[in-house]
Amino acid sequence: MRDFIVSSSYFGIALSFVVYMFYHIVKEKFKIRSPFFNALILAAGTIIVLLLVTGIDFEVYNNSAGHVTFWLTPMTICLAIPLYRQLEKLKENFVAVMVSILAGSLAHIITLFLIAGLVKLDNMLLNSILSKSVTTAIALGITGELGGIQSVTIVGVTIAGLTGVSLGPSILKLVRVKEPVAKGLALGTASHAVGTSKAMELGEIEGAMSSLAIVVTGILTVIIVPIFVGILE
Amino acid sequence: MKYLKQLAIILMVSVVAEVMSYFIPLSVPASVYGLVLMVILLLLKIVKLDQVEDTADFMLSIMPFFFVAPTVSLMTSFDAIKGNVIVLVLMCLVSSIVVIIVTGLAAQAIIRFRHRKEEKKNA
Repeated sequence: MRDFIVSSSYFGIALSFVVYMFYHIVKEKFKIRSPFFNALILAAGTIIVLLLVTGIDFEVYNNSAGHVTFWLTPMTICLAIPLYRQLEKLKENFVAVMVSILAGSLAHIITLFLIAGLVKLDNMLLNSILSKSVTTAIALGITGELGGIQSVTIVGVTIAGLTGVSLGPSILKLVRVKEPVAKGLALGTASHAVGTSKAMELGEIEGAMSSLAIVVTGILTVIIVPIFVGILE
Repeated sequence: MKYLKQLAIILMVSVVAEVMSYFIPLSVPASVYGLVLMVILLLLKIVKLDQVEDTADFMLSIMPFFFVAPTVSLMTSFDAIKGNVIVLVLMCLVSSIVVIIVTGLAAQAIIRFRHRKEEKKNA
C-alpha cells in the first residue's frame, strides 16, 4: 500500500480533490454561510493531519498535488475579466480609487515593517505576509519574487479576509465612514474577495467598488512591495 | 471546443507574460504581467470579452481548490514559524484593520471633497 502511494501519479491530487470537495459539499448542503467555514483551510488542515498520522512525506503528496501551481499564471490572467467588467466604475471614481487604495496599501506595508522591527521578526517571515491583503493568486506571485514562504502567505491572506468580514463593517462605523464607495474600497483593499462578499451584502455600489479594489490593490502592491523591501531590508 | 479555444488564448497570454518576466528585470511575477496584458488586449478589442469569459469565469469559480496543495506545504515550514505564530497572526490582524481605516477614510475624504466642489459649481 505504502509503496503504491509513494509511486502513484495521482494520489496527492485525488486526495486534494476529495477532501476539498467534501468540505465544499458540506458547506452547500447545510447552507453554511459563515466565512469561517473555509473549505480551503479545512481541507489543507485535514490533509496535513492525514499525512502526519500516516507518516506519508509531504513530497509524496506534493509529487502529484503540486501540479496545480502550474495554473497560477493562467488563473491570475483570468482576473482581468472581472476588472474589465468594472472598468466604467473605475473611470467614474478614478482619483478616489487610486489614491485611497495606494494610501491603504502603503499603510499596510508600513504597519507590517514597524511591527516586524519592534519584535525583530525574521525577514523571510515578514516577506511572506507583505502581500497578504491581495487575492491569493497575486499574493503567491509576490511572495515567490521575494523568496518568502508561500503557505504562510495563504494563511495570512485568509486571516486578512476573515478580519474584513468579521470586523470590517464595525470598524468603518467606528471611524464614521459612510460613503458606499469608500466602504467598498476599504473592504476590497484589506480583504480581497472575502471582503467583497461582505461588501456585496452591504449594497450594490459597495460590492462593485470592492471587487474593483481586489485587482487594483494586487497590481499596486506588486509595484510598492519590492520598493519597500529594497529600501528597508 | 469553446472552452478549449478560450483556454488557448489565456495560455498564449501566459507564455507572453513569461517572456516579459524573463526579459524585464523587475520583481514583478509573470502572472501580473499577464493580467495587465489581458486587460490591455480587452481594452484594444484585440481579444473580445466573449472570447475568454466562459473559461475565465469557470477558472475563477474553482480557484480556491488550486491553493490546497500550496497550503498543505505549511507542514514543511512548521519549524520556521513555530515561535512566531502569535506574532504573525497579530500582525495580520492589526495591519488589516489599519488598511480598512486608512482606505475608507481616504476614499471618503476625496469623494466628499469632490461633492463639495460640484455643489459650489452648481450654486
